[in-house]
Amino acid sequence: MPEKYHIKTQPVPPISPRIGKYGMVDWREDCARCHNCVKKACVYDRYRQEADYIRNLSDVDTLFFDCMGCFSCVQDCTKGLLCMSINPEYQKMGNSYWTPDIIKTTWLQAETAKIPVSGAGYRGPFSGKGFDSMWTDMSEIVRPTRDGIHGREYISSSVDIGKKLPYLAFNGDKNAVNASPLVSIPMPMIIDMTSPAHTLPQLNSIIAQTAVNTDIIAIIDSRQWQGNDKQLDNIAFYIADGEVIPKDALKKTRLVEIPDSAKVMERIKEIKKIHPGIVIAVRVELTTGGVERAIKLAESEEVEVIHIVADPNGNEIGASKPRFIKDMTRHIHTALIEKGIRDSITLMAGGGIALPEHMAKEIICGADLITINLPLLIALECHLCNSCKPGMVCPAKLEKIDINYGVGRMTNLIAAWHDQLIEVMGAMGMREVRRLRGDVGRAMFFENLEEETFGKLFGSRKNN
Amino acid sequence: MASFSVPEKTIKDILPENTLKTLVPQEEVTRVVKTAPSRYRNEIAKFIVHRNLNCKRCGKCAEVCQYGVHVLKPGYKYFAEPKNHLCIGPACEKTGNFCVAKCPNGALQLKENPLFKALGDYRWPGDLILATWKMAETGDVPPAEYGFEYECGNSGGGFDRLRFKFPDKPPVKIDADKIDTSISLNKRGDGRPEIKIDVPWYGGGMSFGSVSNVTQLSKARAAKAWNTFTCTGEGGYMERMRPYDDHVITQVATGLFGVREETIQRVPIVEFKYAQGAKPGLGGHLLGDKNTPAVSKMREAVVGISLFSPFPFHSVYSIEDHQKHIDWIKHVNKRALISTKVSTPTDVDMVAVGSYSAGTHIVHIDGGYGGTGAAPDIAKKNIAMPIEYAIGRVHKFLADEGVRDKVTLIASGGIRSAHDVAKAIALGADGVVIGTVELVALGCVRCSRCESGRGCPRGIATTDPELAQKMNIDWGTQRIINLYNAWRKVLVGLLQRFGMRSVTELRGRTDLLMHLDYANDVGVKK
Repeated sequence: MPEKYHIKTQPVPPISPRIGKYGMVDWREDCARCHNCVKKACVYDRYRQEADYIRNLSDVDTLFFDCMGCFSCVQDCTKGLLCMSINPEYQKMGNSYWTPDIIKTTWLQAETAKIPVSGAGYRGPFSGKGFDSMWTDMSEIVRPTRDGIHGREYISSSVDIGKKLPYLAFNGDKNAVNASPLVSIPMPMIIDMTSPAHTLPQLNSIIAQTAVNTDIIAIIDSRQWQGNDKQLDNIAFYIADGEVIPKDALKKTRLVEIPDSAKVMERIKEIKKIHPGIVIAVRVELTTGGVERAIKLAESEEVEVIHIVADPNGNEIGASKPRFIKDMTRHIHTALIEKGIRDSITLMAGGGIALPEHMAKEIICGADLITINLPLLIALECHLCNSCKPGMVCPAKLEKIDINYGVGRMTNLIAAWHDQLIEVMGAMGMREVRRLRGDVGRAMFFENLEEETFGKLFGSRKNN
Repeated sequence: MASFSVPEKTIKDILPENTLKTLVPQEEVTRVVKTAPSRYRNEIAKFIVHRNLNCKRCGKCAEVCQYGVHVLKPGYKYFAEPKNHLCIGPACEKTGNFCVAKCPNGALQLKENPLFKALGDYRWPGDLILATWKMAETGDVPPAEYGFEYECGNSGGGFDRLRFKFPDKPPVKIDADKIDTSISLNKRGDGRPEIKIDVPWYGGGMSFGSVSNVTQLSKARAAKAWNTFTCTGEGGYMERMRPYDDHVITQVATGLFGVREETIQRVPIVEFKYAQGAKPGLGGHLLGDKNTPAVSKMREAVVGISLFSPFPFHSVYSIEDHQKHIDWIKHVNKRALISTKVSTPTDVDMVAVGSYSAGTHIVHIDGGYGGTGAAPDIAKKNIAMPIEYAIGRVHKFLADEGVRDKVTLIASGGIRSAHDVAKAIALGADGVVIGTVELVALGCVRCSRCESGRGCPRGIATTDPELAQKMNIDWGTQRIINLYNAWRKVLVGLLQRFGMRSVTELRGRTDLLMHLDYANDVGVKK
């Protein structure tokens, strides 16, 4: 049995003040100094801790970043003077897709590498758009689940990138079918390039080392590569159109990415000539027509991997009524099955993958693996405040971060995502992420459940 | 044992003396509604009445306010802080007794309480929490003038978008005291006791470990008062629960914590927990901090380590294996009914029928949005279907298989109000299991900190001896008794409007429901 995939982690505390959801506790006038709030009501001892913290403060800070929102101090205050509200700084983080809750949970995972666990039930909307409109299935009694997270059973999360053999044939004891090169990584995740707006002095170095630590692959623009050769096994160059191919470095890599273009086939041949053992991914932006282009490319004998990329919120780029990444992936996946070529293509999907459940759901919808970038940036305490412009101050001071801090936080986040992937796969009874690909039987979709349940009872849905 | 009707001849034939009933004298708890105010000094209010320095202490506000917001204690020169939680807010303007308008010095202002926005969530909005607290305090439906939305939450789907279609007037007039809200838990006719409960709900499993002994006992005593049940969860059976044995379900789950043949013999119902809605497929999880000496002793484990109930039962991989489990319990306790608690995968209907064929009396389906003491966040939202989808398909499949009237279908996982109870029954359940709402009645604000450190800061879901003292058993019992009373009133009101004499008539009546997101034109002639 191969060695189990395990990511070494250690806690990496934040360097910026935390931003709590319930960050504002306001004293109105007339405090009796009874200290009820301090001594009795706050079971977390936050008041005292914060007082000590403020006393030793060397930087500007906000009060009560770790308030748990239990209302105990508010309700036990002798004179009823305390008032709590949602921290406006918390509310203004991110956007409607990358919500403050997503940012907060990402920070927590980047700090601790632990799976977020909480009490009480689910607190959110019944369903939502995108990935929130589907549920993963689980096993009950007659289908065995897998106890992977506690280590009693091994759940494989490794995937192969490239063209798989459609069948085996032997000539004597030798394989008679020409096998295309394959790249195996232990987790269905690749780190994608960050947008130019997020270019930071050390970012590529941090990402490259994170890829090494987690044994996955990071896509880095060949023009920006300044790392060391020892990292190249975990690097996939993105070689833009017209750019010179870095031949020596390329020969030490396993995967490379090129943009889709009219000359893509020639470019593939050019790269294969330099390094026949390399796997080539073609990046297809999911603009209008992107889905059809991806399907068309897949029919080509030369193309091994297609990397479809939606916008950061998972939407079709530039479309007036954009489709979501999961729906576009299902469409492509289904089309490739119908054409009988699904296994001759590896489908990587990126854009809108914000939480570990998105990884599992996107794979269920047909991707072989996913690509991420923004969650790793958030791991560095980015607020997604969109202030990454010359002259603007980054609240997370990303331009000054230490490489060890950055690598540690990103590694922790990837480890936490891996553990959560194992959790949901265990619940589904899946032992291999490769078998999860396109297995929509292990998922339930909002529109189907609504139709089967309420459609029969109440007719047509109003917003259809 | 008044509610237990056992055929005499049969029972003597099949039941050995030592398992006929519990050997411990049962304590009486009376079903009386008494006011049980909040145990906190300051109640959370929707509105704040602010008094400024222009106040001349004329007392006009106290004179006009019908709700007791303004209090000038005898002998005191200054008014006490307004009792904001009693204020009905802007709705008061229409009464003609609006203190802000009546104040001759313009010293009063009414504001929305910013605190209120920090309370609650989509599933449990602040309104629903405050309304539940009101019901637990008074035993009655919150007065209409407070405008609390207590029928549903704000999740935008499921129960929250379902409404009843009431007739313009009831087809027959039925007095409230003539309406029967009881349901039967044994429909198999297998000679085991025909247990009836007075309300179509019982308390869900919460282990000692996930909640305090005060919480467990409060639930048990309320169950006794209302002739229904509570469940031990998977964490052992406290000796202090024994005076309520006849109203306790003990749970057998994968970790078998505290499960002994002797504990199985104490109770009228034994529940197999295969999965929990909040974390289906993942088993139980008690974090180390909550594994105190008392908890570890009960669970026969080591203090301070995290305790996992594995998933699944590694002795069950088929319905036949499940049947062996049931046979084991039926052999150990010959009077017990068997409940099988499962989650809601796509094939939940098949699982339900299989479970019936294995010999269960109660099929308990627990939907994905249920409560928990601790669960990975990824599980709560993403695994298995919400209960609203599962009820109908299980009900229909049981009916299609011709066994619907031989098994009791119980639903749980997000039942927050009496209207949710009624909607679940109209979708096809016989009754429901509730959990979170009982904790809210005890003062839970759903801060989700049940699992961390010493546990619940409100003293409910904690095993910390100091925190557990924040609440006493009598108060906790009364709050839950009151809540049940208010819920029953709501349910009886609904049945009256439909002209139904029994809650059992409501079962499967989807024709009485409508969905706000649908045209609701099925069966309408065009």
